[in-house]
Amino acid sequence: MRDFSYLRADTIEAARNASALPGAMLLAGGTTLVDLAKCGVAEPSTVIDISHIDGLDAIDVTTERAMIGALAKMSHVADNAEVKSHFPAVSEALWQAASAQLRNMATIGGNLMQRTRCPYFRDPANFPACNKRSPGSGCSAIGGVTRGHAVLGTSEACIATYPGDLAIALVAFDAVVHLGERSLKVEDFFLAPGATAEREHDIRPGEVITAIEIPGSAAARRSTYIKVRDRQSYEFAAASAAVGLELEADGRTIRDIRVALGGVATKPWRARAVEDALKGKPLDEANIRKASELAVEGAVDHGANHYKIALAPRVVARAILKLGETA
Amino acid sequence: MNDQVTISPTTLSLTLTINGESHALDIEPRVTLLDALRERLNLTGTKKGCDQGQCGACTVHVDGERVLACLTLAAQVEGRSITTIEGLAGEDGTLHAVQAAFLEQDAFQCGYCTPGQIMSAVACIREGHAGSDDEIREYMAGNLCRCGAYPHIVAAVRQAAKELSA
Repeated sequence: MRDFSYLRADTIEAARNASALPGAMLLAGGTTLVDLAKCGVAEPSTVIDISHIDGLDAIDVTTERAMIGALAKMSHVADNAEVKSHFPAVSEALWQAASAQLRNMATIGGNLMQRTRCPYFRDPANFPACNKRSPGSGCSAIGGVTRGHAVLGTSEACIATYPGDLAIALVAFDAVVHLGERSLKVEDFFLAPGATAEREHDIRPGEVITAIEIPGSAAARRSTYIKVRDRQSYEFAAASAAVGLELEADGRTIRDIRVALGGVATKPWRARAVEDALKGKPLDEANIRKASELAVEGAVDHGANHYKIALAPRVVARAILKLGETA
Repeated sequence: MNDQVTISPTTLSLTLTINGESHALDIEPRVTLLDALRERLNLTGTKKGCDQGQCGACTVHVDGERVLACLTLAAQVEGRSITTIEGLAGEDGTLHAVQAAFLEQDAFQCGYCTPGQIMSAVACIREGHAGSDDEIREYMAGNLCRCGAYPHIVAAVRQAAKELSA
């Protein structure tokens, strides 16, 4: 790990000022930054420790919305009783992510800034070509071992999978990220690689995530997060789905449904085609299975990740059927 | 409140509070808590396994919560209260209930992952995440054991959880 200078910011203003310094990176929980510094991927000249800023870790939930401070720990949000009752998919996405130790370190704001686990991205010594690290250098994953790579939202420049869980639930329920003067929908905060794989987030120098806001809804209250992976726990998703469901008074017609996918796309992936196909339709298994196929519309595989195209619709269908059973 | 920041020199002078004692040390900003414990303070009970946040061998407590010392900068925890495996037993040497349960249940083979397992288990029980074997397995998933002592580790955590709630 290259050495760096260390600053402790005691206020948001100090963090904003310092983050505009050349080569500066913000440190919250450290689970991404320290890891990537050890890999030689992140080479900050200055690390700005924001983890001691007071008052930025509040979790405030009403029926209208959840407001979660950027420095709230993943574990605290996952275990929060009101988050569990108003936004079960958010709690489930959090406790199924990483390990208990990492969830005690990682913050909600930092979680949105988590980088891909693409093994080529993480290994600059052996794989110099990576458009995320060095724009224009090429993509070592294309033509390489692709079992974990994305099938949706890819480009010729990059096929790295977005690895997180929380943001999948946030995108499903139209959450907003607050950056100080600007606020953005989480869905728009994440950028697909296109020709600029190095840009993963719509965040500008001097901006600091202060909070995440999730609007309350009937679909958010009746929601779940299903994560399928190579081992039962402490593993990234092979495919995952955050789903929310609201039925009409008849108890069988779908009034509102939200579907977002993880583990298969280059960014948290809202599957609106599935939602549109099911709104106003009866909640029956044939409808659900047919509509779930639309989750992978436009998918492109790179060989070993072909299984994700078959897996993702099944994960979506399982999540919807599970919610249907809890009527 | 001060909105200014000061750039640190190449060497930081820190005071860390570990197992109730203050330790002063001069280190580079990039030094992790794990390396500070092992290489500078001779607290070698905390183990270095993967050194990249994937195995749990370096688990310690910061302000009572379990974290990974390999992904924590020493500078970041100045002012926090750190507990390592060396700080778990009583002053008279009486073992913590979790340590005693690991011995009774023979919950290790080579023992390398054991300090991390024990620190993780103490926190797991305190969090209220040791209510069933399934829950223990899920909330202890961040601690890998290459010898495969998992069934006995689950038994030890179950036993200690029962004793500590009695």
